[in-house]
Amino acid sequence: MTPDEMAALLERITAHNPRLHPLFSLEFGDAVVGVERAELFATAADLRDAGFDRLGMVTAVDRDEVFVLVYRLHSRSLSAAIFLKTLVPRDDAWVASLVELWPAALWQEREVFDLFGIHFEGHPDLRRILLPDDFVGHPLRKDYDDPRLIRRPDYI
Amino acid sequence: MAVSVESRNLVSAPDGGSREELVVNVGPSHPSTHGVGRVIVHLDGDIVVKAEPVIGYLHRGIEKMAENRTYLQVVPLTDRLDYVGSMYANWAYCRAVERLAGIAVPERAEYLRVIVCELQRIASHMMGIGASAADTGAFTFFIYAFDQRERIIELFERLCGARLTYNYVRPGGVSFDAPQGWTQDVLAFTKAFRAAAADLDRLFFGNVIARGRMKGIGVLSADDAVAWGASGPTARASGVNWDLRKHDPYSVYPRMDFDVVVGERGDAYDRGRCRLLECVESCRIIDQAISQMHPGPVRTEGLPRLLQPRPGEAYDHIESARGSLGVYLVSDGSVRPYRMHVRSPAFCNLALLPLLAEGHTLSDLVVVLGSLDPVFGEVDR
Repeated sequence: MTPDEMAALLERITAHNPRLHPLFSLEFGDAVVGVERAELFATAADLRDAGFDRLGMVTAVDRDEVFVLVYRLHSRSLSAAIFLKTLVPRDDAWVASLVELWPAALWQEREVFDLFGIHFEGHPDLRRILLPDDFVGHPLRKDYDDPRLIRRPDYI
Repeated sequence: MAVSVESRNLVSAPDGGSREELVVNVGPSHPSTHGVGRVIVHLDGDIVVKAEPVIGYLHRGIEKMAENRTYLQVVPLTDRLDYVGSMYANWAYCRAVERLAGIAVPERAEYLRVIVCELQRIASHMMGIGASAADTGAFTFFIYAFDQRERIIELFERLCGARLTYNYVRPGGVSFDAPQGWTQDVLAFTKAFRAAAADLDRLFFGNVIARGRMKGIGVLSADDAVAWGASGPTARASGVNWDLRKHDPYSVYPRMDFDVVVGERGDAYDRGRCRLLECVESCRIIDQAISQMHPGPVRTEGLPRLLQPRPGEAYDHIESARGSLGVYLVSDGSVRPYRMHVRSPAFCNLALLPLLAEGHTLSDLVVVLGSLDPVFGEVDR
């Protein structure tokens, strides 16, 4: 997709949906839209009905006081992909589960729960998936520490 | 495969009576030699009522390790994701880094990447269908398929010195140019492989026992394939015409003339045969890439060893042997990635196992698992 096509797509998606707002610049070649946490499920349902039939990726990024939830939606009919993002406060880490819309979220949300400790409300089977059930902590959080972790020297 | 009985439970049956449900533990061992996986199976007689994959036995925390290494040091880590298709993870990661840091790649390097990745597709598919054939008892086919894979591994060894973990694709290019005579040998291989592929097709997919074991087993509908995020041959066998090389073209693929192999029924047979037919298409791509390739540099000159991209994030994906392999990179402006996430096609495809295995016998569960072609290094990361 060219930047112009992407800008047009963003405008088309956000024009019909007051809940969505374009978030970040397009310099790295991806269309990104943000949404309030409370409106994530309704927005995702709208987007699915608008043709985004595939949930490609669910992941999170630890930004100290908040987690950024990142969803990559993809549409074959529009031949387009967008990133949907929402912010989750660290001390109140929950978000609506999208399993009802895309079963693809079933395992991917379990993975984010496992590694980040973010709860997905409405997930039918929210358990650890990669780590053992008795594991303590969520290793992809930046404040996770383990004596077995070896710090590499700083190069700069 | 280690199979042990965990428990016998009496559960109420729909007719008001009760029946015995047998809980069987399969693994953790090498189910279909793809890696260490485990499935807890609930059986009613010989029929699977519920299959629950248990994963994570190969979890090494590669995404966490990447946060503690420089951008260049992460490349060998990506080798260890899908260890029967290391070139893909190398490439997907490097594409994300190149996007993030704005690095241009010389044309010859792009061609070499296409050639090695198509060779890797053949090697990976030979492993995938060979191993799943061995599970169904067709050991002869396994040896024939591995023979073809071995020839590719030897070509890779000559190219970069490694047989399994290549560390070949690097940000800004590839590590080595093709040695003298290498491209001719690749052409000789694709020529020989086309003939071998016809034999393999007859030997296994034309075999009445193999057809009986695989046809109608683990049927995946096109709607389910899309909703569950399946990709690669797993989705295409169900009639979902989706191939990133064609539909989100990257590198020099737009210059290649090839067909996307699409199945009809979405059963284990179609998934396996799609893989074999894809290999022949890969041969077409390799031949074209070699004829289009010109001498030139294979690395961008003047790249610092300590890459320090500006803050931002990038996502890029390629069509691996298992499906859409994506890498999501976040930079905070330092010399190490702030966050790396690998969108693993094997992970998403394996999530389909409970859906596909239900209602089949325990012996068919192995066929279904093999037909999804999971590599647990990439599932568990």
